Amino acid sequence: MNLTLHVWRQAGPSEAGRLVTYDAPDVSPEMSFLEMLDVVNERLIERGQEPIAFDHDCREGICGSCSLVINGVPHGPRRGTATCQLHMRTFSDGDHIWIEPFRARAFPIVRDLIVDRSAFDRIIQTGGFIGVSTGSAPDANAIPIPKAVADRSMDAAACIGCGACVAACPNASAMLFTAAKISHLGLLPQGRPERTKRALAMVQRMDLEHFGGCTNYGECHTACPKEIPLETIALLNRDYLKASLVSRD
Amino acid sequence: MKWLLRFYRSSVGKKILMAVTGLVWVVFVIEHMAGNLLALKSPEAINRYAAFLKTSDEVLWTFRIGLFVALVVHVDSMVKLTALNWTSRPARYAKVSYQAASPAARTMRWGGVFLLLWLVYHILHFTTGHLHPDFSHTDVFNNVSVAFQSGGKVASYAAAMVALAFHLYHGVWSMFQTAGANHPHVEKPRRWLATAIAILIPVGFLTVPFAIFFGIIG
Ligand code: HEM
Ligand code: FES
Repeated sequence: MNLTLHVWRQAGPSEAGRLVTYDAPDVSPEMSFLEMLDVVNERLIERGQEPIAFDHDCREGICGSCSLVINGVPHGPRRGTATCQLHMRTFSDGDHIWIEPFRARAFPIVRDLIVDRSAFDRIIQTGGFIGVSTGSAPDANAIPIPKAVADRSMDAAACIGCGACVAACPNASAMLFTAAKISHLGLLPQGRPERTKRALAMVQRMDLEHFGGCTNYGECHTACPKEIPLETIALLNRDYLKASLVSRD
Repeated sequence: MKWLLRFYRSSVGKKILMAVTGLVWVVFVIEHMAGNLLALKSPEAINRYAAFLKTSDEVLWTFRIGLFVALVVHVDSMVKLTALNWTSRPARYAKVSYQAASPAARTMRWGGVFLLLWLVYHILHFTTGHLHPDFSHTDVFNNVSVAFQSGGKVASYAAAMVALAFHLYHGVWSMFQTAGANHPHVEKPRRWLATAIAILIPVGFLTVPFAIFFGIIG
């Protein structure tokens, strides 16, 4: 296939950026989206030009490093798929593809398509943990957890923290990410002791990082490569309301 | 009171306040619409109902102040959250492609502002009578039957009801999520409920103006 790419190029955080058009000839449908960009970069390097900078690591959909807004959709058009797992067979010969960085005030651009997502780490630092006693590993199944509860927690734990929810949200809200962590930890007995503190602290941090508020558009869930349910946001709201009423801090 | 301030300062807290105050207005709007339908029964029925509402100044003003406070909280949260949301993505995308957001969800802000402006007009029109050519404080039926002879007036009220339909279609559905109720049990019913409310309330409100305009009552 022959494609035309419109790629956001920006030399540095405070440099002005712009969309630059590149031809991508002879793209194999078996390539992943990132492999296609690798080939485009090889050609740029051969010509002595700066390659396009983009984030990636595992390339198997589990680390949350890859990003990109492809034709207006974070991680591209395939539902439940991270950019690294998106294949070029999703596109057709002659397509024009717009490739932009995840955009949010809380995710400043580092270079080209790479953004700084450490705001997520700071949200995690305020409440995305549980207290455990160190020492030998506890007995498996010592704490009974109903299967249905474990399943819901596991669905939320599938979040890889890529930031697609923020990129997709018209308000650049981090609610789905934060809600995934709150649900994943708060639903399990091991995460209960911090539940009240966690809700207050993580929401406060989210606001401090200047993420937007939730208006229940649902764009986050649609863009999420792990399809984190919107139901988690309802749980966050409920935990936050309850925490506000019962917290003695 | 520190807890309340923290709640109010947070984005989640303000959104919950919007849901609660939105619900107050939804309840009012249902009651108001049902009351208006008495005009279809007879001029006396609606006039008697209007007089009943004004039996006690204390009760009347309790409700008025309650609704006013709810609206102020709703709009205040809306203004603050909108300011937050509009500054959370300073650089726009070249290509925008909505995958999930409904037209109703995307018109909450401007539709809401329109409703607010229209509400001011509506109060000056039918409550105080400042914008009414032949206003009576006791003959409500006369007030509406004079007003809705005019196609322009009917159109203005119809436009407001379309805006209300959009606002309620997303608002009522969203309210449950915001209040923390998104159990699979409520997932489908809340969609039906929001759709039903978004249709029945505006249609109910509009039956009286249209019935008058087409000479069915009057
Ligand atoms: C007629 C009176 C009104 C009623 C019955 C009403 C009802 C509601 C309800 C039930 C919600 C849902 C809250 C939630 O998302 O959880 C809502 C949200 C909202 N309302 Fe209103 N509202 C009214 C007037 C207004 C006005 C006058 C404005 C603006 C000036 C406004 C702007 C908004 C906005 C921006 C939202 C948030 C929407 C979102 O979730 O995306 N509303 N309203
Ligand atoms: S590169 Fe690890 S999830 Fe895509």
